[in-house]
Amino acid sequence: MNHDNNPIWVIADQENCKLLPVTPQLVGQARLLADVLATSVEVVLLGEGIDTHTEKIFAAGADRIYVGDHPDLAMYHPEVYTDVIVKLTLEHHPQIMLMGSTSMGRELAPLVAARLETGLTAHCIDLRINQKGILEQKIPAYGGEITIVCPERRPQMATVAQGVFPSPSPEGGRGGEIVSIQGPFLPSDRIQTLELVMEEPDGIPLDTASCVIAGGAGAGDLQGWNQIVELAAILNAGLGCTRPAVDEGWAELDTMIGQSGKMVNPETYLGIGLSGEQQHMVGVTGANVMIAINSDKKSPVFEQVDVGIVDDCRDFVPVLLEKIRKYKEQQTSCQ
Amino acid sequence: MLKIVVCVKAVPDPKLACDLKIDPVTKTLLRCDVPMVLNSLDKHALEAALQIKAENGAYICVLSMGPPEAGSIVKECMALGADKGILLSDPCFGGADAYATAYTLATGVQKIGDVDAVLCGMASSDGATEWVGPEMAVMLGMPVVTRVREIIVGNDESWEVKSALENGYRRMRVRLPALLTVTRDLNAPRALSFSGIIKARKKVITQWRLDDLGVSAETVGIKGSPTIVTEMCAVDNARRVTFLEGTREEKAEQLLQKLIEGGLL
Ligand SMILES: Cc1cc2nc3c(=O)[nH]c(=O)nc-3n(C[C@H](O)[C@H](O)[C@H](O)COP(=O)(O)OP(=O)(O)OC[C@H]3O[C@@H](n4cnc5c(N)ncnc54)[C@H](O)[C@@H]3O)c2cc1C
Ligand SMILES: Nc1ncnc2c1ncn2[C@@H]1O[C@H](COP(=O)(O)O)[C@@H](O)[C@H]1O
Repeated sequence: MNHDNNPIWVIADQENCKLLPVTPQLVGQARLLADVLATSVEVVLLGEGIDTHTEKIFAAGADRIYVGDHPDLAMYHPEVYTDVIVKLTLEHHPQIMLMGSTSMGRELAPLVAARLETGLTAHCIDLRINQKGILEQKIPAYGGEITIVCPERRPQMATVAQGVFPSPSPEGGRGGEIVSIQGPFLPSDRIQTLELVMEEPDGIPLDTASCVIAGGAGAGDLQGWNQIVELAAILNAGLGCTRPAVDEGWAELDTMIGQSGKMVNPETYLGIGLSGEQQHMVGVTGANVMIAINSDKKSPVFEQVDVGIVDDCRDFVPVLLEKIRKYKEQQTSCQ
Repeated sequence: MLKIVVCVKAVPDPKLACDLKIDPVTKTLLRCDVPMVLNSLDKHALEAALQIKAENGAYICVLSMGPPEAGSIVKECMALGADKGILLSDPCFGGADAYATAYTLATGVQKIGDVDAVLCGMASSDGATEWVGPEMAVMLGMPVVTRVREIIVGNDESWEVKSALENGYRRMRVRLPALLTVTRDLNAPRALSFSGIIKARKKVITQWRLDDLGVSAETVGIKGSPTIVTEMCAVDNARRVTFLEGTREEKAEQLLQKLIEGGLL
């Protein structure tokens, strides 16, 4: 089958009736890809009471939206959502399907891909169309970047974290076609959601913090880690981490920065005891000032920052904390 | 009795994995002799199975696909208390992407037969796609719950579990047979004991090759993979570093000034 003119799909992601920013970001990127392929961008939007989002999705570059607005779709259910998307895919044959690397997308994408017997690339940091009209999916690896393609099977599927692509500036007045998806949506009895519990995140949210501190394996132990926690608190900074800090149990997975974690966009970034591995560093974009503290002068992290401090962070951070405290005291006593 | 399969992967030791680098000239991997260890999250999957076994009784079968060297991590799982260890190893299995890996493992689970639950880690430290568990579930026709951080009740018909969300969790009930992928919040894996190591010495690892699985070579490894890597390149990061010089005190003082200039204080 010739797929050249088939559409590009984005699976919209909403939580409690709020459209997540990753959706317009993906639609914006899909628009760029679609223009290269001279095809259309289509979005699948599932939920309940969600028709208010269509305007925003059109403004981001979509031509058509499949809307499933139904009580049975109100909350994400892996089997019900998979069924709906697989059925629609088999009717309309998109050549590319993009999803966010969100709680939903990370589970839904492999379920859909396996049902469609096609390839899927995780947590891409760039997507391009090559000369053959095939989607090139870039991911960081081994201190560099690798390109993955799915040459034969369709759709070509990829997930992308929030913040990898910019939020498109909305094109006002842009409209498109709305196609409503009809039920019945058979609820699956193999999996039931009994309860949804939201917990308050603690600390400054990473996504919006103007200063982000990231701690890594070099913290050494919980005591070393806690010094970094203290530094983030006193500087009013968001606290992120690298994978080893999660593995050691010092930090929560939600605070991991990088390819398979959070994307951050601070003005100042301070990396402590981390090696500057590509998979972490791709998570930091647009910082004005990047600073690193590492005991190894040859660490690759120093090739990626503006200011370097070669020292043992377990000794250096307490000294810095002391200086900040003194400075703060002076400030308050002068006022 | 419950039959539980735990999927475990041998990964390059994450503490040394930064030695694996792309050569900017040849665009191939440099240094591939990093030792293999048991993927950290898979220890939590095995621990969950061991706890269920201790409470309700269960037969635990560890399943891994990898090169012959991966036998050592299967052995390690047996020393920790698994009843059986199976290594899927064949030159044809090499170069598999998540889809082909899931397919090969699913075939292994089917050959084991009458499985009530399959436990996987949420992600591997080298692939880190999070795809293998859910894709395998589809191929096995099982329901899946990902990111399980607590198993509340486990009987023979259904399990109640908590699945982690970004800021909270879903409490779910899932009917067996089912596949779960687990996070590190689920439990604290036990350490290897000396007596376990001694006992495991006598246990043998079962090895299944392509022929044993009865599938065609076209469906596994690189040939069975829908995706392929076409290019590797080194990345050039365009920042120029200025090192702060002096004693520790002096460096801290200079950094303090930078933070003040940056409006952070
Ligand atoms: C597919 C995939 C996806 C991944 N996604 C992510 C991701 O999203 N986010 C992420 O963070 N990682 C991710 N990783 C892991 C990533 O590759 C690295 O392993 C990780 O970022 C390294 O963390 P680190 O720098 O803290 O540890 P290391 O690489 O071990 O570096 C520790 C550094 O600390 C320094 N140090 C040691 N002791 C001290 C001391 N006392 N004082 C000061 N410095 C010290 C050392 O010189 C070294 O440079 C991913 C991996 C894969 C394969
Ligand atoms: N080659 C393999 N052998 C056994 N289990 C695997 C293999 N690859 C992945 N898995 C399982 O799938 C989980 C997720 O891996 P991944 O999809 O690579 O992030 C791992 O934690 C393992 O439980």
